[in-house]
Amino acid sequence: MPKHDTPLMDELEKGPWPSFVSDLKRQAEKSPQCWDIVGQMELSYKDRMTHWKHGGIVGVFGYGGGIVGRYSDVPDKFPGVAHFHTVRLNQPSSKFYRTDLLRKLCDLWEKRGSGMTNLHGSTGDLILLGTKTEELEPLFYELTHDLEWDLGGSGSNLRTPACCIGKARCEWACYDTQAACYAMTMKYQDEIHRPAFPYKFKFKFSGCANDCVAALARSDLSAIGTWRDNIRIDQAEVKNYLSGANKANGGGTPAKGDKFDIQKEVIDLCPTGCMWMEGDTLKIDDAECTRCMHCLNVMPKALRPGLDQGASLLMGAKAPILDGAQLGTLIVPFIKMDPENEFEELVDVIEKCWDYWMENGKNRERLGETIQRVGLPTFLRVMEIEPIPQHVREPRSNPYVFWREEEVEGGWQRDIKEFRKKHAQ
Amino acid sequence: MGYDPENPMKDRITDIGPPHYEKMFPQVIKDNYGKWLYHEIVKPGVLKHVSETGAECYTVRVGCARLVSVEYIREVCDIADKHCDGSVRWTTRNNVEFMVDAESKVQPLLDDLASRGNKFPVGGTGACVSNVVHTQGWIHCHTPATDASGVVKAVMDELFDHFTNMDLPAKCKVALACCLNMCGAVHCSDIAILGIHRKPPMVDHDAITGLCEIPLAIASCPLGAVKPATVKDSSGKEIKSVKVNAERCMFCGNCYTMCPAMPLADPEGSGIAILVGGKVSNTRSGPTFSKLVIPFLPNTPPRWPETVAAVKKILEAWAANARKYERVGEWAERIGWEKFFEITEIPFTDKSIDDYRLAYDTWRTTTQFKFTSHIK
Repeated sequence: MPKHDTPLMDELEKGPWPSFVSDLKRQAEKSPQCWDIVGQMELSYKDRMTHWKHGGIVGVFGYGGGIVGRYSDVPDKFPGVAHFHTVRLNQPSSKFYRTDLLRKLCDLWEKRGSGMTNLHGSTGDLILLGTKTEELEPLFYELTHDLEWDLGGSGSNLRTPACCIGKARCEWACYDTQAACYAMTMKYQDEIHRPAFPYKFKFKFSGCANDCVAALARSDLSAIGTWRDNIRIDQAEVKNYLSGANKANGGGTPAKGDKFDIQKEVIDLCPTGCMWMEGDTLKIDDAECTRCMHCLNVMPKALRPGLDQGASLLMGAKAPILDGAQLGTLIVPFIKMDPENEFEELVDVIEKCWDYWMENGKNRERLGETIQRVGLPTFLRVMEIEPIPQHVREPRSNPYVFWREEEVEGGWQRDIKEFRKKHAQ
Repeated sequence: MGYDPENPMKDRITDIGPPHYEKMFPQVIKDNYGKWLYHEIVKPGVLKHVSETGAECYTVRVGCARLVSVEYIREVCDIADKHCDGSVRWTTRNNVEFMVDAESKVQPLLDDLASRGNKFPVGGTGACVSNVVHTQGWIHCHTPATDASGVVKAVMDELFDHFTNMDLPAKCKVALACCLNMCGAVHCSDIAILGIHRKPPMVDHDAITGLCEIPLAIASCPLGAVKPATVKDSSGKEIKSVKVNAERCMFCGNCYTMCPAMPLADPEGSGIAILVGGKVSNTRSGPTFSKLVIPFLPNTPPRWPETVAAVKKILEAWAANARKYERVGEWAERIGWEKFFEITEIPFTDKSIDDYRLAYDTWRTTTQFKFTSHIK
């Protein structure tokens, strides 16, 4: 496959940010089909339109997902991308790698595919970008036998779970996000590889309310770490912030104002106003704290999460299609996340939810839309969760309230003749 | 031995999942798992984590194009082998992180990265513009209204100094999605670039019967604009197809996702919308959706100058006016959206006024507003 003339793509080799075009061209020296990737992109830039045909159904035996089929609509011009399927690999939790494994993967992908990748897909998978149908089974064979590495998810199933960096390198992780992510991934391999759901379903695991894996916005079930006792305060380190010996926000916000002002930067920004100074001692009324993380973020050396740790579960986040975007809705305010009991409390919630949604969700209806359709009260009831004020931002303002017949004295079966005895027409 | 196509289920290994994360850790991470005490940002792109044991981990974060080759990954591996004992990681925003266990190992690593041209820019920490979470665009997807990799490269070239410095009021997360399926983070980012269409789908009556499950295409429309219809194909034969009520169509493209016979991409019709003010973290104000402030900018490859200029202008207006720690959305909410439009000099149009289902909640039901240049 020869090099194409690509004046528009060449423009993207300029500038300081790493250029995907330069990288594609470097790979093309070893994998000539990459010239056709650049060539077809150039045509798209000229036509201002995609040149991939609609859809594509390919895969490996035994699985119903994991590979996204794709075919060029100009295969005669660019035979190197006539087939251009992507393969999703389930990434290790929080994306740490040993180089020996990555090098083996590079060798395999250079042999079986284009040599191009995405590190990583938005859901978390390591994406191998572009190969032919006949390479899929040999690639899968070598991947599972030689690298002991499995595909991720695609289709109406559990997609590849993901987590933040958690306890591996963060002082705020309130539970072991990697362990939870790995345990749920392994427990639900069947649900990942063989679509059995009304639509896609995603898990994400964040260690605290900063939510570095954006669980609350990007997963049908998000577990976000928190605590239910008191923030641990090191008053000596508070004084070091006051004196300027410690840098606010770990030194991450140096531009706006040099001298740290605890009143302005912490106390006045606390969303519940539950903090104050007594002399140079910092006080927190923890019963009023909503654990938003702001004060911990600003003073990481002085303030730490409490010791009674667990997670909040929020459910139903999704992008706009079909009925509008949704963020996760708080369903379970606090559960323990214990690797010792294999995250038993989390598993209980997951399976109750799936039992209901798999039966009641409509075709291509995300969990968040099912909850909207049946109503949060109904969903809480099927989840066997008692309604509490924490489930709402505010109580409803319309009076269109459903009562179930058994909640009303005497039920709903009434006789109009009995009514007429007391109230003539 | 290897895969035998005559006997496909022989020796098949399934359901083994990903490699175990613990096997991937550098020693300092393994030794201090769950013991971290605090962290500092030593300088842009360099983090220091201190453990209860006294151990230190220094992390150098570098920008990455996300769409990368195995040659690039091998170069990352070379660096990790030379400086980091053979471990490396990627972040949730697709940056690369190299970790070392002593301060003395940081500078040699930085020098090595700097010696490799512009492939490994150090930054992405603190109050900065870190990497742009983005999608496939014209490199791999069939439904995009714009490209991903090219727009992101153009934007990051322009905002590069904000990647390598921490000179903003707070972090500013920028995301791109090439259609409104919004794969990724567009609905919850400080500044979001979104591919949109402006022409209803064409219906390929010659192909639709063989290609589509028509009830699925009908059910795919959020506004009920797709109806079943009996029409004549180009040979004059009556076939079952669909009709699109163009007045009801807002060009989401979901019917094309379901039905290959309903394409809608167009060089002039398709382009980019800009949304701002979303955030995911629960800090202070809690998570919010991003809001549509610029309804359309044209697709202008290879460097999308209109989009780049719009992102830069919003970023600079926020950086000049926001208070410390205030994210773009928090700033806009505090000053009021009428002030946001005035300060950023973005023309306000009816396209920013919601008219979908729960739209009423977004209209102004108070006398509280500011007099701006919009009131004549």
